[in-house]
Amino acid sequence: MAHPRADTPSKIILSGADLQRVVDRIAHQILEKTSGATDTVLLGIPTRGVPLARRLAARIHAFEGIDVPVGSLDITLYRDDLRRHATRALGKTEIPPGGIDGRRVILVDDVLFSGRTVRAALDALGDVGRPQCVQLAVLVDRGHRELPIRADYVGKNIPTALSESVRVALSEADGGVDEVRLNPTVEGGRDQ
Amino acid sequence: MIKHLRSAADLDAETATLILDTAAEMATLAGREVKKLPTLRGRTVVNLFYEDSTRTRISFEAAAKRLSADVINFSAKGSSVSKGESLKDTALTLQAMGADAVVIRHPASGAPHRLASWVDGSVVNAGDGTHEHPTQALLDAYTMRSRLGRLDGLRVAIVGDVLHSRVARSNVLLLSTLGAQVTLVGPPTLIPIDVAAGLSGDASRRGDRLVPGEAAGGPSAPAGSAGGDEPRAVSPAAIAGLSGDASRRGDRLVPGGVAGAAGGGPAVSYDLDSVLPDSDVVMMLRVQSERMQDSYFPSAREYSRRYGLDMRRLRRLPEHAIVMHPGPMNRGMEIAPEVADSPRSTIVEQVANGVSARMAVLYLLLGGK
Amino acid sequence: MTAYVMKGVSLLGAAPRDLVVRDGRIADEPPGAGAEVIDAAGLVALPGLVDLHTHLREPGREDAETVETGSRAAAAGGYTAVCAMANTSPVADTAGVVEQVWRLGREAGLVDVQPIGAVTVGLAGRQLAELGAMATSAAQVRIFSDDGHCVADPRLMRRALEYVKAFDGVIAQHAEEPRLTEGAQMHEGEVSTRLGLTGWPAVAEEAIIARDVLLAEHVGSRLHVCHVSTAGSVEVLRQAKARGVRVTAEVTPHHLLLTDELATSYDPVYKVNPPLRTASDVRALRQALIDGVIDVVATDHAPHAVEDKECEWAYARPGMVGLETALPVVLSVLGEQWELIAERMSRAPARIAGLAGHGGDLAAAGSPATLTLVDPAARRTVDPSDLVSRSRNTPYAGTTLPGRIVATFLRGEPTVLDGKVVR
Repeated sequence: MAHPRADTPSKIILSGADLQRVVDRIAHQILEKTSGATDTVLLGIPTRGVPLARRLAARIHAFEGIDVPVGSLDITLYRDDLRRHATRALGKTEIPPGGIDGRRVILVDDVLFSGRTVRAALDALGDVGRPQCVQLAVLVDRGHRELPIRADYVGKNIPTALSESVRVALSEADGGVDEVRLNPTVEGGRDQ
Repeated sequence: MIKHLRSAADLDAETATLILDTAAEMATLAGREVKKLPTLRGRTVVNLFYEDSTRTRISFEAAAKRLSADVINFSAKGSSVSKGESLKDTALTLQAMGADAVVIRHPASGAPHRLASWVDGSVVNAGDGTHEHPTQALLDAYTMRSRLGRLDGLRVAIVGDVLHSRVARSNVLLLSTLGAQVTLVGPPTLIPIDVAAGLSGDASRRGDRLVPGEAAGGPSAPAGSAGGDEPRAVSPAAIAGLSGDASRRGDRLVPGGVAGAAGGGPAVSYDLDSVLPDSDVVMMLRVQSERMQDSYFPSAREYSRRYGLDMRRLRRLPEHAIVMHPGPMNRGMEIAPEVADSPRSTIVEQVANGVSARMAVLYLLLGGK
Repeated sequence: MTAYVMKGVSLLGAAPRDLVVRDGRIADEPPGAGAEVIDAAGLVALPGLVDLHTHLREPGREDAETVETGSRAAAAGGYTAVCAMANTSPVADTAGVVEQVWRLGREAGLVDVQPIGAVTVGLAGRQLAELGAMATSAAQVRIFSDDGHCVADPRLMRRALEYVKAFDGVIAQHAEEPRLTEGAQMHEGEVSTRLGLTGWPAVAEEAIIARDVLLAEHVGSRLHVCHVSTAGSVEVLRQAKARGVRVTAEVTPHHLLLTDELATSYDPVYKVNPPLRTASDVRALRQALIDGVIDVVATDHAPHAVEDKECEWAYARPGMVGLETALPVVLSVLGEQWELIAERMSRAPARIAGLAGHGGDLAAAGSPATLTLVDPAARRTVDPSDLVSRSRNTPYAGTTLPGRIVATFLRGEPTVLDGKVVR
């Protein structure tokens, strides 16, 4: 597997402040498109989709005083590439108490790439219940879709080369500062 | 990730915790309408059972099927070296069938180790002779953790026929790995010899060896090679200082008292009443009354009086303590019916947790490259 | 008969010299014309090794070994005589069976095969076999043993000890109290506890040895103890010998080197009876061998067919092949103490078995030229497929051991040359 070259440093695409603005914008868009986020559940896809979903819920609450239920949906057991990697540890699946039947579910993830994660998430969702509709919110859309999937809410479109990788760091998940970086070479294989 | 689960000793603390965490996730899925997951689609799990154990086989079968694996039940009961196919030939057959995992229950200790040397797939020990039953220990640990919130520092009494119990061996090893303090309780006849050293997770606590870390004469340990404590030419003077120490033999533990816990090995006590007040968990082992014929104890009645868990003894336990039993129970022998059915008892929970724990094991063994 | 001159050979580690073999004996005159010269520089000559405890499996399990293949393995290991254990099928409990084994040994002609007779009919431990008939047969049996089984009945053991005095026989006891070892799979201790294998407690051996030395003392008979394996047994023997009891004892090479920890693999190649013991037992056995409390190293060569070892531990037959690795193992344990090795592996067993033509003094002209030449500098990594024995159940696969048997001579005739069995 290739390693980042020391002579081509990674590039910051979104700083902490940018990231906050992007989250705010998605929160506004959700409120707008869903007429006040009624009957809506935010489900983050582990790992970084989960804090993103919480941030979105917090911003929606700040803007409109509405409490949107937040949960998480781990898709590991539904992945189509399990046999290509060493066994992965499972993430948490926590469906909010009201469930998802008949509601609008917004899946939240950090990066949209091939679309396979979202495909797995849709399968997983189908085993949990029957939502009225499913939408998708992502922080970054980097292109290179392999399935007919698109996001309803996109923080930032970043054209990338296949060899590049997008790294999202969130303080809740990664401990440090918030930022999104573009690395020149792939670290550890293609993301889904 | 490990390839096989032959012994609880195959698991370090990190891996064991990963399995328990994974089991917890699997358990949340059990509450859903659709319980089936696509994870192991196209993978084949063979249940190779040389002993009747409907509950264990069903538990593994449910676990594999919930993960969408193809399950083949291969009941080989009655087979032995004298009649029927040898284990090796069976292994080669399963290999040819493309088994990704073989779950084996076998009356001979170590059969899973042998099987693992003949097949490419993963081997899961579902109980071998009087050796181990590691998935039972995992589901027990899972049950303790979900009831009591932790394993580290937990005081667990394992009571009964430890000598013949694969459940006890696996539990001692796993619980020690996860930081619990285990006390084995039973009549001295049913406590194995040198158990504190034998079941210590810490190899340095075990008896002395000719060559550190590996017995002399193993494939990679040339006899008398430099580096061991055995010089190539041993003169009488050199060997004189090493002459035999037979005093190590036998039970070095204090009858009725608790000893041996330091360093990860289990403690031993012959007095159940004295252990109960200091136990967070009491695990009762099945005691077969046939052991009477071999003079392990005089009568079922005396066994039950000294080591059975009745309501009087239950009251000696701390408020929060739980009562476990791997099943099947001999009600009235090692456990009184009203204790088995009390709210302290986790016996039914253990069965449900068994499926989650086995799903976790199958996923972690088969869910990757 | 070809004469040989072994140039530059060291007798038991002494200064190099030439050793002349003529007419089957050691000669002190120069070799005549036409003598074959063997370059023996760097080689050590030992009197031919004598094994008190060999399982040749014939009759009955010719798929595992025959008298002929076992004889070849013995010669390759430097042996010139082996005592063939009685637990064949049929059991060697009659003059007919012991004569058959003896005759097969003569036909193979590579080592002297001295049959051991069973103590009891069918090794069943109930009724004495016809010990006198075996003693006076062509095989001239002197050692009697139910090996594989203990003569557990104390009265029967007493009678056997007494009865064989009439023809200077000796009872070789497999010391294992059967009630203490029912279902036993390995040494009872922390490893058996961990592995969940039924334990074979040391006391089951020690109790029988203690009883038998008392019986032998009481009736004034000779007792030989097979494959001593525990430190406690050594102590019992030490005390008995100090009192003057006529007891001799043997230890196997594997009990001098290997420990019970090897069972951890569950590979039955390490399953043997008595089982591998602990490191402290091994140390006590080594010391006893040096002290003379243990008189003899005997192989307990126990060949088994593949299917009897490629199986579950509990279903496997106990035993290891040992003829071809015995001397290298002993060398690795004792070092080049040639005098001691000659005593423990040749002279003492020859005395116990009454084999007059073996264990002779190679320095004395006129001694039978029954000897083996060893290269102590060579090291060999054991590969089971290289074994001469028909079976492959060696516990030393992959182990590098010192010493190589270069040549073996039986009464002046080579049975092994250049490390190869001659026929």
